[in-house]
Amino acid sequence: MSTPSTPDAGTAPSVRKEGAPPGRGTAGGRRKREFTTRQGLLIAAFMAPAAVFVALFTYYPMIAGSQMAFRNWNLTDLTDTSWVGLKNFREVFTDPAWSTVVDNTVLWVVGSIVPQLVIGFAIALWLRRRFRFRGLYQALIFFPWAISGFLIGILFRWLFNSEFGVVNDLLQKAGLIDEPIAWLADPQTAMIAVLIANVWYGVTFFAIMILAALQSIPDELYEAAALDGAGKARTLFQITIPYIRTTLALTVLLRVIWIFNFPDLIFGMTGGGPNDETHIVTTWMVKITQQGDYGKASALGLLVVAVLMVFAVFFLLATRERRIPARGTGKRGVRS
Amino acid sequence: MIGKETTAGRVTKFTFLGLWLVFSLFPLYWITVTSLKAPGDIFAFPLAYWPERFSLENYQGLFGTADFGTYLVNSLVVATVAGAVATAISTLSAYVLARFEFRTKSALLMAALVTQMIPSFIALGPLYLLMTDLRLVDNRLGLVLVYIAVCVPFCTVMLRGFFENIPDALEEAAMIDGLSRFGALVRVLLPVMRPGIVAAFIFNFVNCWNELFLSVTLMNSDSNKTVPTALNGFISSFNIDWGSMSAAAVLTILPTMVLFAFASRHIVQGLTSGAVKG
Repeated sequence: MSTPSTPDAGTAPSVRKEGAPPGRGTAGGRRKREFTTRQGLLIAAFMAPAAVFVALFTYYPMIAGSQMAFRNWNLTDLTDTSWVGLKNFREVFTDPAWSTVVDNTVLWVVGSIVPQLVIGFAIALWLRRRFRFRGLYQALIFFPWAISGFLIGILFRWLFNSEFGVVNDLLQKAGLIDEPIAWLADPQTAMIAVLIANVWYGVTFFAIMILAALQSIPDELYEAAALDGAGKARTLFQITIPYIRTTLALTVLLRVIWIFNFPDLIFGMTGGGPNDETHIVTTWMVKITQQGDYGKASALGLLVVAVLMVFAVFFLLATRERRIPARGTGKRGVRS
Repeated sequence: MIGKETTAGRVTKFTFLGLWLVFSLFPLYWITVTSLKAPGDIFAFPLAYWPERFSLENYQGLFGTADFGTYLVNSLVVATVAGAVATAISTLSAYVLARFEFRTKSALLMAALVTQMIPSFIALGPLYLLMTDLRLVDNRLGLVLVYIAVCVPFCTVMLRGFFENIPDALEEAAMIDGLSRFGALVRVLLPVMRPGIVAAFIFNFVNCWNELFLSVTLMNSDSNKTVPTALNGFISSFNIDWGSMSAAAVLTILPTMVLFAFASRHIVQGLTSGAVKG
């Protein structure tokens, strides 16, 4: 292999141990290249396939779909697809189910992300110190990530089955309940059940991302904190969290977007029932699409994109990195 | 050194980690046990946590009355081809985004982020019409093309993180030794990147393997169904046949779990290398 010129280059990613500091990469160190026409052509040629696919099969249908939101576009009657302005949006907002859908969506996002973040953070902190079988442990708790949201829905639908579900059986054996609970028949317990399923699924992602970030914190910072006599809580809030805030912010942002746009699990588990009481915006969209009202579904879709964009902008502004002086001063902090 | 660990702390830690492990694995255990019970025993009381007799009846049903083998092959073909092509395309764009500075770069990255915000349902109608025009409805190639587009944005960002972790000096040295930029990419960079590329492929494969809604929309004939679509078919009737469903679920989960087990280290690195850098 070619001459490794930095101390770290010998351990190329293929062999770099998981604990290696991801560091700040080459940011700041990279020179802005003046590129020639030839390089310009290379950039264009290399970007082209990705751009073509995404433009043709993601952006084009999305933009074409957006205009359906302002048209009368219903599969039950395609003779009139005229421009109707904001009618579809009005229908969305005046739908009796709308407030339930909004409440559920908020509950779904917040009620999923908070436990995922907290439990994931705890697991990451506990996994930081090496122990035997840590790699195996990581691989095992990572398994839920291999499963589709839809199948997770089905899996938990079986676990929460009122008659033959193992959840009721275990709770009864533990003496916590006397009678089996019809979890998915009551809107409130059904929401709890879908949230439990989503937490089961999503904790690992946080644990993995946070663990990787934790491993980039130079030990010197903790040693200094220990010398100052800082307790556990202070160390956590004044060193650990500030140091990994970029990762935390990006992970939370990405997860909020994904969870918001994740009809699969609820679709498989309750199908939005009972009585449409567990719908979130995107499962509601599934239902409306299946009923054939593409206009109304597109209006909902545009609302989703708009809400998520506004959220992303505000979130990125609010969590914009304020460089803390400690970053990059530790021996392990700067690499490559 | 991350501070001292007390005995009480260790006990709390391993208790919690142990409980989480049980919680993580139990649903998978339970669905497997259910799939191995004779259909009549699934609804027997008390619930059997370790059945007295195991039966493959549910699995036999899947390949006898249902045509699950075809669905598995469809999913395998579609996910492999789409995953591989998406990985190749993303490698090119990730390389460019990691190694060059140019004016539209941040716009391209933002465009990739926005794709994550688009609910697939807003695009379904026009996508269906587009595929009709291309004569690719109910065609595995059509699904492959759409899945490539779904995979590329995130895969590009993931691979870009990998590329950025490799020092520029590696290629510069190769170029001083007389290789062209392209030669340096192919002969030096790609071999070093191999774990990242494998991880990206597996990630793409699993995503395509698991995708439901696009597949339901674009594939209507039974012989073209993918596995998630078939599972969806199982529940559209009023009663769920939990025996077949469990067996089908196990067969669906197993391949992706095996892949993750082999590659989880690399996938973890792939997911994190981009994001940790911010």
